[in-house]
Amino acid sequence: MARAQDNTRKLFLSIDWITILLYLLLIAAGWVSVVGSSYNYGDPLILDFAQRSGKQLIWMICSLGLGFALLLTDEKLYDTFSYVFYILMMGLLLVTPFIAHDSHGSYSWINLTSTIKIQPAEFAKCATALALAKCMGTYGFSIYKTRDFLRAMGIVLLPIVLIILQRETGSALVYLAFFLVFYREGMSGTYLFVGIAAIVYFIVGIRYDELMLPQTETSVGAFSVLLLIWFFTGCMTILHSESRTGGLYILSIGGAVMLGAYLVSRFIIPFDITVIQLIVCLASIGFLLVRSVKEHTYKYLFTMAFALGSLAFYYSANIVLDHLPDHQQRRILVLLGMKDDILGAGYNVHQSQIAIGSGGIWGKGFLNGTQTKLNYVPEQDTDFIFCTVGEEWGFVGAAVVLLLFLVLILRLIHIAERQPTTFARVYGYSVLSILLFHVMVNIGMVIGLMPVIGIPLPLFSYGGSSLWGFTLLLFIFLRLDASRGLKRR
Amino acid sequence: MSIYNLDRRKYIVGLVAILIVLVYMARLLALQILSDDYKKNADSNAFLKKALYPARGLITDRKGRLLVYNEPAYNLMVIMNEQHGIDTLDFCQTIGISKEQYVERMNDIKDRTKNPHYSRHTPQLFIGQIPAKQFSVFQEKLFKFKGFYVEKRAIRHYATTCAAHVLGDVGEADQIDIDSDAYYRPGDFIGKLGVERSYEKDLRGVKGIQIMLRDVKGRIKGRYQEGRFDRVPEPGRTLTLSIDKDLQALGEHLMEGKLGSIVAIEPETGEILCMVSSPTFDPHLLVGPDRGKNYQTLYKNPYKPLLNRAIMGQYPPGSTFKTSQGLTFLQEGIVNLQTAYPCYHGFHYGRLHVGCHGHASPAALTYAIQTSCNSYFCWGFYHMMQSAKKYGSVHNAMTRWKDYMVSMGFGYRLGVDLPGEKRGMIPNADYYDKHYKGGWNGLTIISDAIGQGEVSLTPLQIANLCATIANRGHYFVPHVVSHVEGKPLDTLYTRAHHTMVEPRYYNYIVEGMRRSVLGGTCKGANLPGLEICGKTGTAQNRGKDHSVFIGFAPMNEPKIAVSVYVENGGWGADYGVPLGALIIEKYLNGELSESSKARAESFAHKTIYYGTRTR
Repeated sequence: MARAQDNTRKLFLSIDWITILLYLLLIAAGWVSVVGSSYNYGDPLILDFAQRSGKQLIWMICSLGLGFALLLTDEKLYDTFSYVFYILMMGLLLVTPFIAHDSHGSYSWINLTSTIKIQPAEFAKCATALALAKCMGTYGFSIYKTRDFLRAMGIVLLPIVLIILQRETGSALVYLAFFLVFYREGMSGTYLFVGIAAIVYFIVGIRYDELMLPQTETSVGAFSVLLLIWFFTGCMTILHSESRTGGLYILSIGGAVMLGAYLVSRFIIPFDITVIQLIVCLASIGFLLVRSVKEHTYKYLFTMAFALGSLAFYYSANIVLDHLPDHQQRRILVLLGMKDDILGAGYNVHQSQIAIGSGGIWGKGFLNGTQTKLNYVPEQDTDFIFCTVGEEWGFVGAAVVLLLFLVLILRLIHIAERQPTTFARVYGYSVLSILLFHVMVNIGMVIGLMPVIGIPLPLFSYGGSSLWGFTLLLFIFLRLDASRGLKRR
Repeated sequence: MSIYNLDRRKYIVGLVAILIVLVYMARLLALQILSDDYKKNADSNAFLKKALYPARGLITDRKGRLLVYNEPAYNLMVIMNEQHGIDTLDFCQTIGISKEQYVERMNDIKDRTKNPHYSRHTPQLFIGQIPAKQFSVFQEKLFKFKGFYVEKRAIRHYATTCAAHVLGDVGEADQIDIDSDAYYRPGDFIGKLGVERSYEKDLRGVKGIQIMLRDVKGRIKGRYQEGRFDRVPEPGRTLTLSIDKDLQALGEHLMEGKLGSIVAIEPETGEILCMVSSPTFDPHLLVGPDRGKNYQTLYKNPYKPLLNRAIMGQYPPGSTFKTSQGLTFLQEGIVNLQTAYPCYHGFHYGRLHVGCHGHASPAALTYAIQTSCNSYFCWGFYHMMQSAKKYGSVHNAMTRWKDYMVSMGFGYRLGVDLPGEKRGMIPNADYYDKHYKGGWNGLTIISDAIGQGEVSLTPLQIANLCATIANRGHYFVPHVVSHVEGKPLDTLYTRAHHTMVEPRYYNYIVEGMRRSVLGGTCKGANLPGLEICGKTGTAQNRGKDHSVFIGFAPMNEPKIAVSVYVENGGWGADYGVPLGALIIEKYLNGELSESSKARAESFAHKTIYYGTRTR
């Protein structure tokens, strides 16, 4: 008895109160925003539980209860039952499309009663994080072993597939955040680099496809992408394949050829330089192939694969775009500024930017936002809630919210790094990666830097599922953290 | 593959997070602080700035009698998605349209090419400007017609059928008005003609504003900040015209059946007492729902009733112009009071001949004015043009002459406070150089001396000539508005303009004009006790001569100066003199004598036949 009390006291002392404070600040700010964006003119009762602001208050109180309850659980529970949770959750995800109701074309919501519905995908993140942590925390696990890596990948890919089946592409994309965890646990940064390179090729290639270099027949998009591929290939030959001379050859000779081609095209006969650029890239690959045969080595293999893959990716990008569903294709084009479709697909983004832009430095004040309150911004208290922050609290308010998220993420990195077990560390990184991804994509979408992907802003957006999902993620981690000292003993 | 020091990767992850937040904050900075495009945009789509229309200023005559005021009219509005299940037949009967018109109107409202601001949730105009009387029947049944609403707008009403040209009219602002003045929005009213146009800024007042919050579907959600930023409209200013309502009515009555103009000016102030342009029209025609149709009818009328002949008609002034010539010759020393020129039925010089009627010869200035001797003024003009010693050349002489004419208010717009004034024509030396290729002299252009030839004036300029003589050498720019509520009159109308002729010379002209009434061409204006001074004019033109008269009274301290211009009226004495005398009598005595009344009626019923004109 005395021992139990002693443990409770120790636990209480070792809880990370800074994180809890940040959590409380964020949900409080979130509630203020929900009140602001769901408030109707001439509607005085913001505490009315029939209103969304009132309901959100109930979800918040329940979340606090949930968080408190989680702190009182035994930490061994998570380690032990993580696979069980995962399997149960995957089962639920699997059946969800069959029992869910159509909601804007997605089948991800299950109606518990006529008024309460839950989105299992929000809770699956937690189960996946636990399972991944368990998998990677197993004795002898090494990310460099292909079998182990594939197992970990499998744990992440399964929910992605299941959620895509529910037509919730946005929620599925969130699982990409786990690649940050893999990175921390030793996955080569090259993979992240490849991923980012692909995004850059895609955006630059499509965005500037129709813009022409002056007095040539060359598209700026294709020119820039091929220039990048050549440059990356040269640099990777030096850094990754550790062949200084080979890389310098590629960079100098290739660069000279391209410059010559550009000058000829500009001043003598206009022609499409990208043909020459493509030849330079292919010649570089051929050059590396010859070298690897001569030197009997595989060290150029990755660089060659990267260069070839880049070319293949870029040239198939347009085809990929054509094969995307119509509305996503439009969203991408609008986001890249290629379609100025203010009343169509660009409407959400345009209106949300108007709302934010109209806030100015100090904002219009609580409940004084006009754009968000008069329904100009769609989904104003869920996915686009950051608009309300921007409109009513201005640049200062929006910056404070961004900084609160940043501090929370940095704090979580700090906590994750102090964990004695791989299990707790991997779990911690999962939590902060998911949080970072949500914040990046959601706010980026609202301010027009990211495509419109419908995922909520953590701890802000209206809705119990999202709030509970993040509370669950966070407080399990806090619980694991609180017992770090006990483990050491 | 080498094993990295994985601990370090936490910095990379943290750095990525910091980088993202920094980029986002830069973006917010650009959106919220550096650019205000978005702020403007937000204001425009969430705020419905509802205009509150001020009452347009009233217009009274010089004695404060109301001429123009406002009456309520009703716009019938419809909100499409509230409008269903009404008894269309009953509705059409009540407002007096056919079922087909109803269907057509509804389709027009929904057609975004015709009605670009269409929304199913906001009121759309169904029928505009229904007069109160017609509307009262409909209002009783309004409750039956769901989705239909009324909006009150004021329209102009007239307490007179006179002075249409002076009063002008009010119509919807067109695209040019809207583009040139940000005050106007489509559907606003603006003065189109007359003082409604020239005093638009005083009459219109200042629109008030009510800021309403509008949601994404266009529905009104309430007032912004409880109306803290709303503004009440300021009513327009009342205009007091210098026009005398009774004098104007008499003038219009006298001119019935004739084309032409009567303008009377108070010499002391330049205030226009009446400005008649015939034919005229009833100002009521240009208000209400039939405005467009009536306007077309008036526009197509071959006698051009919309034309304000008093300021837009440019006529040869005929012999009335001789007064200005006599003054010029005296001032330039071409003639003195004793100078007499021979007149044997006209001016003869070589093969050139300008006819005159029988009177004693030779004639000096006063006698020449009294009898309207052509010969005297031709000789005077000839001597001025040919005075090489004085001017060096005919070119210089002509320029000098032109300067005199311009100083008397001819050849340029006087600047009356009405839109559309014409400038008339005073030829100058360059004009003749171009026209005659240099080969011209005083004889070539001799008809200018008697108000014919290239010279043309507006009836207003002729009246102003008369006022200048009455004032002995100065005039005030004639104007129809004597007072704008709460505002001093434009100094343009209060500053005296002096001609190049000294006042003392004017007395001789006045003397001639007085004798003309006592025993010359204007005998018909010799009314006992009024001391009228006058000068006739008989202006030649392609058809029958125009009958012209200028006159003022009393001779000393004149109160009224009048010009009468009757197209194809014959001798000046036929129409000009009697009509001018009646106007002077009415104004000075307040009432016409019994005999004058009878004469006025007989003139009012005289019609001049102008042939069948077609356009």
